[in-house]
Parts: sequence; C-alpha cells; structure tokens
Amino acid sequence: MHDEPLLTIDRRIVPINGARNLLETARSAGIEIPTFCYHSEMSVHGACRLCLVEVEGMGIVASCSTQPAPGMKVRTNTEEIRRLRRTAVELLLANHQQQCTTCGKSAACQLQRIARRVGVDQVRYKPTQSKQPIDASTPSLVRDPNKCILCGDCVRACDEIQGIGAIDFAHRGAAACVAPAFGKTLSEVECVYCGQCAAVCPTGAVMPRDHTAEVWRLLEDPAKKVVVQIAPAVRVALGEMFGGKPGEIETGRMAAALRALGFDRVFDTSFTADMTVLEEAHEFIERKQAGGPMPQFTSCCPAWVKFAEQFFPSLLPHLSSCRSPQQMFGALAREVLPEQLGCRPEDLAVVSVMPCTAKKYEAQLPKFSRGGRPEVDYVLTTQELGRMIEEAGIDFDRLQPESLDMPLGFKTGAGVIFGTSGGVTEAVLRCAAERLAGVRLESVEFHQVRGCEGVREAEVVAGGATLRLAIVHGLRNARTLAKKVLAGEVTYDLVEVMACPGGCVGGAGQPWADRPETRRQRAQGLYMADKMLDLHKSQENPMLAECYSQWLGEVGGPRAHHLLHTEYQSRRRIGGANLVVLDAPEKLRVSVCMGTSCLVRGSQTLLRQLLDLVAREGWHDRVQLEATFCFEKCDRGPTLQIGPRVLHRCTLDAAWQAIRDAVGEAAAATS
Amino acid sequence: MHEAATALAQSDCPNCARHFARVCEILDRHQRNPAKLIPILQQVQEEYRYLPTEVLTFVANSLGLSPAQVHGVATFYSHFTMTPKGKYTIRLCDGTACHVRGSTDILDALRRRLGLSPGRNTTADMLFTVETVSCLGACGLAPVMVINESVHGQVTPEKALTLLEEISAEERGS
Repeated sequence: MHDEPLLTIDRRIVPINGARNLLETARSAGIEIPTFCYHSEMSVHGACRLCLVEVEGMGIVASCSTQPAPGMKVRTNTEEIRRLRRTAVELLLANHQQQCTTCGKSAACQLQRIARRVGVDQVRYKPTQSKQPIDASTPSLVRDPNKCILCGDCVRACDEIQGIGAIDFAHRGAAACVAPAFGKTLSEVECVYCGQCAAVCPTGAVMPRDHTAEVWRLLEDPAKKVVVQIAPAVRVALGEMFGGKPGEIETGRMAAALRALGFDRVFDTSFTADMTVLEEAHEFIERKQAGGPMPQFTSCCPAWVKFAEQFFPSLLPHLSSCRSPQQMFGALAREVLPEQLGCRPEDLAVVSVMPCTAKKYEAQLPKFSRGGRPEVDYVLTTQELGRMIEEAGIDFDRLQPESLDMPLGFKTGAGVIFGTSGGVTEAVLRCAAERLAGVRLESVEFHQVRGCEGVREAEVVAGGATLRLAIVHGLRNARTLAKKVLAGEVTYDLVEVMACPGGCVGGAGQPWADRPETRRQRAQGLYMADKMLDLHKSQENPMLAECYSQWLGEVGGPRAHHLLHTEYQSRRRIGGANLVVLDAPEKLRVSVCMGTSCLVRGSQTLLRQLLDLVAREGWHDRVQLEATFCFEKCDRGPTLQIGPRVLHRCTLDAAWQAIRDAVGEAAAATS
Repeated sequence: MHEAATALAQSDCPNCARHFARVCEILDRHQRNPAKLIPILQQVQEEYRYLPTEVLTFVANSLGLSPAQVHGVATFYSHFTMTPKGKYTIRLCDGTACHVRGSTDILDALRRRLGLSPGRNTTADMLFTVETVSCLGACGLAPVMVINESVHGQVTPEKALTLLEEISAEERGS
C-alpha cells in the first residue's frame, strides 16, 4: 500500500488506481467533471472541452486526454475553469435549436443539465447555421441535425461498438455535421436501427421514434381490445424513470400502470421467450443430430438479424429460424386472442413495450404481417411507456403491484433472463442440456455464461457431449466472431448475439443511462427475478404446455413452424445509382454486382473481362455495362443481370454466352 | 447541378470503361489499403474530374470502409469535389495580398462573363469552373489566378477575360 501512486485533486489525496486518464481518476474519487464527448467504453475524442482542469505546472488541460501521474496537483473548479466551461456551453447553445419545451429529450438532456450546472444564464452568440431537414425516414429513429452539438458520440458508438459506421462527420468547419453517406437518409444506408447513437446522444439530435400518439388513439377507441406484451428488460429499468434504482423489479407496478392506461390485457414477452427456448432448443438438437450447419446463431435481436442480412449473407443458414419472442407473441396473439377475448380479429390491437428501437423496425417488416396488417401494431420503448404513465397522471410510486393476465402472462425464469447478454444461451441450455442428457437437471444456473465481457466462451457437458458456446454483445464483436466462424478458425455449437452492450438491458429504448454500471444492475435485477420465480425452465411452463396442446401441436411441428419461425434474406446496404462502366443507352443492359459478397467471388475481374470482350467485338454501342451494389442474392454470387435475365454463380463463359444470345436476338428483331 | 452531372456522364461516356479500369488499377496499386484513402481519392478525382457517389461507394466497398466514412473524408478537404467540374478549373486567389490588390473585381468579372454566381461555380457547358482559394503562396505576383496547371500573375479583370476568350476560341476551333 505504501507505494500506491497518489495525486491531489481539489486538495484531496486520490489514488490513481490505474485509471486511463485524469477524468476517470477524478470520477472514481467522487469528483464529477462535466463532459459531452466522453464515454468510458469508447475512444477518447477530446472535442467538447468541458472536462478542462488545471494541473500545476501544465496549465489548463482536457482531463479526458491527460494521463494521471503521481504527485500531480489538479484543480477542477477555479474561476477560470468555470468561465471557460460556461463559454464552451454558450458556444454550443448558439447553434443549438433551443426548443427545449417541445423536445423529446427534455429533462434527460445532458446539454440542458450541464448548461444549468455550469451556470449559463445567457447566450451571447448568434446562430450561424441554417435549419437542416429532420430525417424521419426510419421506423426506429429520428435524426434532428439542428440539435446536434458535434460531440461525435453517435459516430463512435456506431463505429466502435457496432462496427458499422452508418453515420460519420461530413464537411468541415462551420458546415460540419454528422450524416449518413452522400446526403442519404438513415433508411437508405446500412443502419441496423439498434439506436446506440440515440443511447449516447447527450441532446435530442437522435431519438427513438415516438409512437405514443398512435397508442393513445388505440386506447381511446372503445371498439378495440388492446393487449400489451412487456419485454423482460423493461421491468428492471422502468422504475428509473420514477426515481427508482436500476435493477429494481417493477413487473407488478408496471402491470398496474398499464391497466390504468387502459390496456385490456397485460401479457409478458417472457411467455413467448419461453416458447422461443423450446423451439430454439428443438432446432438446436435437430441441427446437432443432422450435423449442421453449425454453429446455430440466435435470432432474437432484430439489429443483429439485419446486420447479418447485410454483412454476412453466408451466415444466414446458421441463424435460428425462430422468430423473436416479440414476433412469436404477435403471431400467437392474432391466432388465439380474438376468440379468447371475444372480439373480431380486426378489433384486436397488439402493442409491445420493448427496451429496443430495432423492435419497431422488426414489427413493421412485411413478413410479420397478416392480411396486410402488422401482427404487432405498435412498439413502445421503456421511455415512451414512462412518458405515457406520467402524461396520464399516474403516481407510479403509489401503485399497488398487480399480476399479469393469463395464460400469455405466465413465464419461467428462463424467459426473464432473455433480456441480458448470456441469458438466451442460459435459457436454451436449461432446456437443451436436459434434453440431451435425458435426465432432469437439478442445478439450473450456468454461471459460466454470465458476465459483461464483450465476447465470452464457455463449455457445458450435457449427455456425454461437450457443447461449445460463445456469447457476444456489440456488433463489432459479432463481426469479428462471425469472420472467424466462417473462416473455420473457431468452432462452436451455439452463438448468442445481442447488438447492444450488455444485451437488451442496455437497449436504446431504455431510460437514459451514462454509466455501464447501470446495465450491470439491470442484468442483476433480471437474475434476481429469475430466482424469485417458482419455475426456471421453459419446458416446465404449464401454460406453455397447454398452449402447445391446445393450439400449436408439437414443438417444432408444422403448425409451430408456420406461426413461430421465419426466413431471412440478403439485404443491400446502400441505395442509389449504379456505376456506369460502359454507356450505350437503350441497348442491352448488363449489371454486374460489386457488393462485398460478389466482389470477393471475383465480380470485378468478371466485369473487366466482359469489358475487354465487348471491346474486342466492337459492341460499344450495343451493350451497356454497369457496376451495381447488391441484388440481395449474396449467397449465390457473383450475380449478373443481363437484360431481364439474372445469372447467379456466374462465370465469364456463361455471362458472355448470355450477352451474345441477347445481342443476337436484338439484331434478329431489328433486321 | 444534377443535370450537369448527367450531362457529364453522357458526354464522357466513351471514356467510362477506361475510367473504371483506372479506378481498379488505382485500388490495386494501393493494395486496397484503407489507410491510403486520400491518395486513392486524389487519383480517382484526377480520372473523373470529381468524385461521383457511385464510384465512392465502390471505393468504400473495396477498401472495407463504410460509405459514410469515405464521404466524410471526401467532404472534409476542399480539394475534393463531389460535383462535376468544368474542363478548365480557374482558381482565383483571395488571400490577403491578392484581396487587397483587387481579386474581388476579377472574380466579379469572371462570374459576369460566365453567368456564374456564388453556389453556381460551373458553366452549363461544363467548360469552366471558377473557385476561390485562400492562398497560392505566390503573393509577390498578386493577384494570382491558376487555370488548371498554368499560373498567371498580376491579373487584372481585362487580362482574365482575355484568357477566357483565348480558351473559348481554342475550344471552338477544336
């Protein structure tokens, strides 16, 4: 202990404790320095200039990018620092659209909070930027560049945590902004709608799309029977919006609040999470016995699914065909609830409360609709539910806990831990290990799959077989792992992927949280909820068993397959024009895919060889050659389109033959 | 500007096969190394006289970068342009020395003659682009104007218009 490196902050002796910068040192000592652009899990940006401190002998420095050294004398709160911070915030406010009263981020806004904290009482500078259009193109997120303070948190979250880079800084100086490529909207680029940009944004520049008005309308309509499903991770975070601690289990008061809002039935997504476990464990065992394709990747996370569809088309056969619990609920609700509730199918409305913004996208996918209507009508985030409770004047603290409605509100602990990274794996193991071993498991906790590291590996012995598991969260981690799996460098049986840090508990629909600790506490809350339930294994859920015997038939059977499973498709990452390589308007159009999958299969060489052949034949005026970006048939690349014909796994010979045929036909037609 | 882009694409199309082959060559020469993005963009721009978004998408894909990251670099440097430029790019220096020696009058004269305005820098026939730059480092010759690669010193509005006329005449003749 006597050698422990120490320094002085504001006349207090503080241990350095291996902190990576002065800011962390100060914060771990309970001295809160304001920041916009600092997140402990991302790289240091050093742009906001709020974390300025005075170091004796060094002058004023940004504490986020200054290494702590033993014996340093640091002051965080001097007249000069206060003045500099005030000026920095004032400059940010000059170009910020200050419409706080009508902003969805109001009250959770860090700009508002810090402006108040550093004592800004006027803005002396005039705005220099003209109004930018709002991007409301996606079902999940709304970007308002007029509220952006260029801290770059969203850019780094998208790149460093998710490995996508759908948005980046563009232009320079006064014109600088954060934007998707080429002035496109978010819906036209490779965004997976995970919303981590919104989760780190200190202002209202990126926000989850609000659907409260639509849900209020449903609740007002006397003809409608409105049912709601609540995702596991919501119950351990909703309380934070009413002064509670992260991780406090609020299932009971949440149910009471939802009834007070006017929902006719309150059900639990954990019920269909239990169902997912049965279906996914069944699929897993079938795969394992059939010899593949292994590993099986989970498919509960819609951001991960979209990511895989865009970046890893060859991985799609590995994705579990199970729908996510939200969509299993949607299908089941449409199937059984009209009869149960005595209403016409068209009068049943299904609402979800999710910790997630990508769930809003998932719910509106055409494959999850029935008769032209989505099976899940609207998805609310935890934040939106909190706001609705507030708006309705419900005093959350004084609510008496109520129970959920049966049968779709009955769950086991396995269905509850779905909301945290490692939870899906553990839930599936509780079922699959028992099935493989053929005996009842006494101990149901698999601690080896729990934790918060971005990539975790575990081995579990079941029925004489060793199951190799991997659990990842953050899509950058998923990308690295997927590449290794495809290259055959690693072998697993089951891989769980959740896009958000910590899993769904860290979803972008959850209440604002800037400390990783919050996510850990929420995860603990879920494990606690599991402990407090009587049942811990999905296969022991009696309501679920009844549901199968009454409506679905066998687990993995044809009826279950029809309602509870889905298919995946390759998706192009960016919309827009093709690159014309050889122009011959109104002549035979030949498009060669230059998307990643086709590119690695040699489409570029193919295009160049075709160019040479066209030149050799002197067909410049007959053939238009284009490079295009993705036909969404990535598993069968290289893909070419020659006139109306699409050729997969195309070779030079096949392509040239098809072009010659088409040119020949055209010549015959004109002669 | 969009129409201009289409016009260029069509007028230039006898060359688009060569362009594409060149882009592939440039990428190969830099081993498709994302750290070489700036030299790659410079060379691609030399080929097309601007950076078409379809080409940037192809470049991003080939380098394993996201299109937004490539867009960020392409819009950061004023050297790069994503709108087609004319055959002759006139860069007029508006640094301090050139400014006090009357660069504004030259700019006004050029714009008037070519029918250009702030925000509209390229003529409809894609012959001329007029830009200002902050300093060309030749303050002793102020005001300075560069047409493509040739530097002209001590320019007056009259001299600038004469240069324009010479180029136009040459173009008409060719």
